[in-house]
Amino acid sequence: MADRHPLFIPLVLFGGLVFGFGLGFSHMARPEVVLNFLTFDDLGLLFVMFGGSIVAGLAFFLAPRLRTAAPLTGRPYGRRLKSFDRNVLIGGSIFGVGWGLSGICPGAAYASLGVGNVTILWALAGMFLGAYAQGALRSMRADANTAAPADD
Amino acid sequence: MIVELLGAGTVEAFFPNGISRYAVGGILVGLATAIIYLGTGIHAGASTFLESTLSYVSDRSRFQQARFVTSRDWRVVFTLGIIGGAAIYALTFQSGLIQSGLYAAGSSGELREVGGVTVWLTDVQPWRLFLGGLLVGIGTRIGKGCTSGHGICGVGSVSRTSLVGVLTFLIVAIVTANLVAAMGVSP
Repeated sequence: MADRHPLFIPLVLFGGLVFGFGLGFSHMARPEVVLNFLTFDDLGLLFVMFGGSIVAGLAFFLAPRLRTAAPLTGRPYGRRLKSFDRNVLIGGSIFGVGWGLSGICPGAAYASLGVGNVTILWALAGMFLGAYAQGALRSMRADANTAAPADD
Repeated sequence: MIVELLGAGTVEAFFPNGISRYAVGGILVGLATAIIYLGTGIHAGASTFLESTLSYVSDRSRFQQARFVTSRDWRVVFTLGIIGGAAIYALTFQSGLIQSGLYAAGSSGELREVGGVTVWLTDVQPWRLFLGGLLVGIGTRIGKGCTSGHGICGVGSVSRTSLVGVLTFLIVAIVTANLVAAMGVSP
């Protein structure tokens, strides 16, 4: 952390600005537009998801072929691969119910605040509370598991 | 070509606001992800911020993992950037300061003038935002990603886990949104 490249934080900030501008411009920061997409009234959001993943995918595909590591961190270029287990299905389903009920996901919620939608603080409060609840529960379970052998 | 096959009316029915604002926005979101990745090698998702930020205030072992503690500072910067970028959009296109044929203004929600800036406010009811947000907070963290982590970074990586994750939350969200609409909940 201390030997972090001086351009690391500016680059992340710049990336965030472009990301947020894109979410605003595309109207994905508006819950109504997401709900209209999910109820098939306006399928335009497909272009946000596909456009975004294709451009990002091109970078993920090309970067490792041009360099071995990222210039600002020395991190090797790699794909985003997460292990598959039933949590992906359980968590994905819970997220799906929340997304379908509210029309808001994390990145779009931050951007929604930026376009002036203070009402979205309800969703942000919910997200932090939900993230805390699952984390607290998993911590308790993990702590109980590590403590159990010591009791014997 | 596709327009001729389906007929112009079909395209208008599915894309009443055109596609350009969506395509431009999506490309920008992808570019942003690419910029951060090319510079740092990091796949920046939006929902990890929730847990990494909780590590500042909670001693719970889940939040105190190195992957949250070591990334929490730049994730705050990333999120402030997202808010700031959306604010720049609000100052320019949303306020009508800049106009473009690629940008179609919408009719959803409520626009209000605040000191020369046009802000946008949702009409979706607070209980839906709060309860939905609660489930989004739980689900994205258990499910290992959200629309940006799985949807942009994971799909862009052709990760099978992420493809399954996206299909799962997309299908469940479609069913949920249609059920909620069918029950007459609006907005």
